[in-house]
Amino acid sequence: MKITLEIWRQAGPGTAGKMVTYTQDDVSPDMSFLEMLDVLNEQLQERGEEPVAFDSDCREGICGMCGLVINGQAHGPQVTTTCQLHMRSFKDGDRITIEPWRADAFPVLKDLVVDRSAFDRIIQAGGFISVNTGAAPEAHAAPVQKAKADRAFDAATCIGCGACVAACPNAAAMLFLGAKVTHLGELPQGQPERDARVVKMLTQHDHEGFGGCTNVGACADACPKEIPLDVISQLNTDLRRSMARGN
Amino acid sequence: MATQTVNLANAKARRTTVAMKLLMALTGALFVFYVLMHMYGNLKVFAGQESFDSYAHHLRTIGEPILPYAGFLWLFRLLLIGSLVGHAYSAFYLWSRASGARSQRYAVRAAGAAAFRSKAMRWGGVALLAFLVFHLIQFTISKVNFNGDVTAASIGDSPYRLVVASFQLWWVVLIYLVALAALGLHLHHGVWSAAQTLGLTTSPEARTRAKTAAVFIAALVVVGFALPPLAILFGLVE
Ligand code: SF4
Ligand code: FES
Repeated sequence: MKITLEIWRQAGPGTAGKMVTYTQDDVSPDMSFLEMLDVLNEQLQERGEEPVAFDSDCREGICGMCGLVINGQAHGPQVTTTCQLHMRSFKDGDRITIEPWRADAFPVLKDLVVDRSAFDRIIQAGGFISVNTGAAPEAHAAPVQKAKADRAFDAATCIGCGACVAACPNAAAMLFLGAKVTHLGELPQGQPERDARVVKMLTQHDHEGFGGCTNVGACADACPKEIPLDVISQLNTDLRRSMARGN
Repeated sequence: MATQTVNLANAKARRTTVAMKLLMALTGALFVFYVLMHMYGNLKVFAGQESFDSYAHHLRTIGEPILPYAGFLWLFRLLLIGSLVGHAYSAFYLWSRASGARSQRYAVRAAGAAAFRSKAMRWGGVALLAFLVFHLIQFTISKVNFNGDVTAASIGDSPYRLVVASFQLWWVVLIYLVALAALGLHLHHGVWSAAQTLGLTTSPEARTRAKTAAVFIAALVVVGFALPPLAILFGLVE
């Protein structure tokens, strides 16, 4: 396949960037999207040009490291991560634009790589439970209803990729927040810190410069793990309850 | 990016953006209730002048003699004005946060329903605000009659005759239909959004129910408000 790429190139943080056009003449439909970029980078290196910087790690759709906005869609046209996207999702002769996640809270470090440590700080603010380490507790000591365990597990599949932020017209991170709050809030171990958690995580979220949610739902459409919008409703519920209890 | 750390020990629920949305949802819910009552009142046009005018009069005597004439009406109006301020304040606050949260725009944006909804809410909301000013001047504050064929004397102090005279003009009806379209879109997203913010949609079934309710309320309001002006324009009500 012949593909024309338009890629955001930016030398470093805070510097101006621009879209640069490249052509690829021999793309196999079986290549993954990132392999296609690897091939481009080899060619660039042979020509003595700077390769395109982009993030990836596991390339198995489980670590959340990769993430590109492809033709205006976070992670591209399929409901999966960028590393699990294949060139068969495109046609011969296609023009593909590739941009980094765009949010002031995720500043561009270089080309397509953004700094997502804002998510780490949100987790540090309250996305944890406090337990004593040591021997693993007896598994049946704290019974959990099946429905709650399932919901917690589904929410826990969030890999923190940030596609929800990239897709949101407000650049809000509420789907990510909702996933964490639901995951921990459905389980007995998450109860002691539940009221404080939602307030602290939200305060950190707002402080990082993410926008506010207006319930448009672009996040859930973009999420590679299909985290549903109802986790945001859960987040809102937890905040309202916490507020009623004087937090 | 956050440059300085925030003191999480002082974090307050009411200072978060979600609290802002709660303000928007609660004031919005009051407006939904009000709009439905308003629609009910408008439909009295079909019951004739006496019914319509006495309804308008009775709105002013609710609560008498404990409250003065029009006392309840004014209390309710104050509540509505306060809610409008809160609703618009949270809307503009979230709007400005959103523009500050993505200063570098995307070169390509996939046109999606979500992007449309967010634009329709904002610009539709601004359009509704402008319409509200016109509407209040026309029927509440100055009671302006634009219809040159109907004299002020023949209208007198009858709200019914003012309404009928106004909607005999095609362009007045057109303004109202455009405003109704904006209101319908606003309710379509707003009712669902309020349910989501109030935490009523924590399961897929509840989400479907909220979406259905939003479509139903939006359709009901558009039809209910469009009937009287259209009936007047086409001479079914005189
Ligand atoms: S909620 Fe979905 S889109 Fe957002 S960070 Fe988690 S996995 Fe990524
Ligand atoms: S590289 Fe790990 S999820 Fe894509």
